[in-house]
Amino acid sequence: MRVYATARTAFKALRRNPMRAMLTTLGIVIGVGAVIAMMEIGAGASAALKKTIASMGANVLVIQPGTAASGGISFGAGSTTNLTPEDGQAILRECPAIHNATPMVRARTQVVYGNRNWVPNAIYGTTPAYLEVQNWSLLAEGEPFSERDVLNGNRVCLLGQTLVRELFEGASPVGKNIRIKNIAFRVIGVLSSKGANMMGMDQDDVILAPWTTVKYRVTGASLSTSNQSTDSTASTAVNTLSNLYPAIQGTLYPAQNSVQQTDNPMPVRFANIDYIMAAANNSGEISMAIEQITGVLRERHRIRPDDPDDFNIRDMSELTKTLSTTTALMTNLLLAVAMISLVVGGVGIMNIMLVSVTERTREIGLRMAVGARGSDILRQFLVEAVVLCLTGGAMGIVLGHGGSLLVRLLLHWPVETSPTAIIAAVLVSAGVGIIFGFYPAWKASRLDPIEALRYE
Amino acid sequence: MELIKLRSIEKTYQMGDISVPVLRGISLSIQQGELLALTGSSGSGKSTLMNILGCLDRPTAGEYWLEGQETSTLSTDERALLRNRKLGFVFQSFNLLARTSAIDNVAMPLAYSAENLNDREARERAAEMLARVGLADRMDHYPSQLSGGQQQRVAIARALINRPPVLFADEPTGNLDSKTSEEVLQMFTRLNTEDGITIIMVTHDPQVAGHAKRVIRLHDGLILADAPAAGSSPKTSGDAS
Ligand SMILES: Nc1ncnc2c1ncn2[C@@H]1O[C@H](COP(=O)(O)OP(=O)(O)OP(=O)(O)O)[C@@H](O)[C@H]1O
Ligand SMILES: [Mg+2]
Repeated sequence: MRVYATARTAFKALRRNPMRAMLTTLGIVIGVGAVIAMMEIGAGASAALKKTIASMGANVLVIQPGTAASGGISFGAGSTTNLTPEDGQAILRECPAIHNATPMVRARTQVVYGNRNWVPNAIYGTTPAYLEVQNWSLLAEGEPFSERDVLNGNRVCLLGQTLVRELFEGASPVGKNIRIKNIAFRVIGVLSSKGANMMGMDQDDVILAPWTTVKYRVTGASLSTSNQSTDSTASTAVNTLSNLYPAIQGTLYPAQNSVQQTDNPMPVRFANIDYIMAAANNSGEISMAIEQITGVLRERHRIRPDDPDDFNIRDMSELTKTLSTTTALMTNLLLAVAMISLVVGGVGIMNIMLVSVTERTREIGLRMAVGARGSDILRQFLVEAVVLCLTGGAMGIVLGHGGSLLVRLLLHWPVETSPTAIIAAVLVSAGVGIIFGFYPAWKASRLDPIEALRYE
Repeated sequence: MELIKLRSIEKTYQMGDISVPVLRGISLSIQQGELLALTGSSGSGKSTLMNILGCLDRPTAGEYWLEGQETSTLSTDERALLRNRKLGFVFQSFNLLARTSAIDNVAMPLAYSAENLNDREARERAAEMLARVGLADRMDHYPSQLSGGQQQRVAIARALINRPPVLFADEPTGNLDSKTSEEVLQMFTRLNTEDGITIIMVTHDPQVAGHAKRVIRLHDGLILADAPAAGSSPKTSGDAS
């Protein structure tokens, strides 16, 4: 009731000089307006930025087998063969911070179509999830291969744009057969163009195929070191139909016949893969994801607590860092602009309130003579300053929101309405009113009624 | 009943090293219902005494009882409350709020009263006061649209809004011509006789002092004479300046 009456008195006092009140609040109007507009446009921009950086693979983790070492000679990352597709499934299943994981097999060999040939940068054996991990689900043409293709080891593949250019001279390759190591692969789709990656590698110079197919038919040799028999059966029994020229893969030992096999059961060796790609839910959860994966893999690989990992995990920490520094930079920039404009606005308010106190010295004296206490005067001027600031803040919100809407309509920038910014703007403008209005109000409340009444 | 009692009130202003004694021991007693004029030459300390009586200022020494309450020990806020409840002020220069209607000017002191009237009650009370000073038809006029006499009547209505027992007026007619002065003084007389409000006014003008029932003459911070007014021609014997 009292506050309401005071607020009304303040409104009346401000209405006595509307032009000056307007000009005084201009600083706050512009400040708050700029903050709101920048918050909204900035929120949209940083959302877009995040998406862009995520599409560059900021959320992706690469899990490689560890180092094999022999007699003090280390063979470098990926030289052991102890990662399995099941590891990938386990990671996907047991790590809450991971939303996708796919086993990867990589090969590099010649590809032939008709009378043309080409050696792509990489032939990746993977699962359909790879496209999601890489944000690459949108194909230029055709369809991706399915889980069923992976299970059956079907000879299907997706071509990158570079291969379409080199092998098919731009004509549609869908439905055609290409040969990889003399094995016919049916092209079922074409990847959309991705261009070069940050290292300058052409990302369109790839073939994607089910990892089982690549593993057993193209890179067949990988397993030979660990398990001769499965390898030989895979490369001879399965490939005979499509193999124009049987693979020249010497077997060290004579093939076992079925009796020998049942007599000496070979432990069924898991199929090893080259690496696993996993996607974290978002870039903020990457370190958590790494921890979870480490736990899962150590358990699966039965590593004792003080033994080192037999795998290593790489993340795109540079990208992630870029992402977080960019976001922080933007937030700080906004804050700095907001602070400066609000301080400028606040100084304007303080200035005018001081002028107003001086100008109304007689009024203050009169009010004191008829019974106003110092605190009443303090409150009156404080409320006046706050009303001024809040009015300015409200106009600023309208202005800023209108501005950001305009930006969205005219420039089609992404804009996100930010209720937090609006609430913050209201609180901050009230705060500015209180902080910068306090000194003039305090000065007014300390006036001596007699002197004030005598003031000319 | 004794409304005001002063005992050897002194007021000394300190101007750097020099102390300027303005009031040098004023003792007096004012009954409820008096119509009193303070006169004296310029600089004799009339306004200073008035400010002390109006609880706007504190005496340097001495005691001041208002309705039996010793006031010189009160805090600033307590004196503000006292002014609001018991004292009304009328100034030489009216001191109305510009660009504020007559009725809002009159209602202004209610904002600081403990009564907590709501809006409608406040306006009603203000309208009643304006009617009492004969300005019922000027309620929504701004001060700039009123004559000097009307403005002073608005100021009187404002001083009366909290129904104080005492009204102080420092040169209330100083800015008015003789005709409007007469109007204002008649209003004082009426308030004094009809409503029993004690009125204490400061004036230079013997004509004005003639309306009072009692005239106190100050000289150099001391009471020179304190006598019931003799009709409209008060004695001027001590006025040597
Ligand atoms: N704040 C002050 N500081 C110093 N001296 C003051 C102050 N206020 C008043 N005086 C002095 O006190 C004396 C009395 O002043 P006061 O205003 O009471 O006179 P007055 O009787 O009302 O005169 P006038 O009839 O001209 O209004 C003057 O000499 C004045 O200089
Ligand atoms: Mg005076």
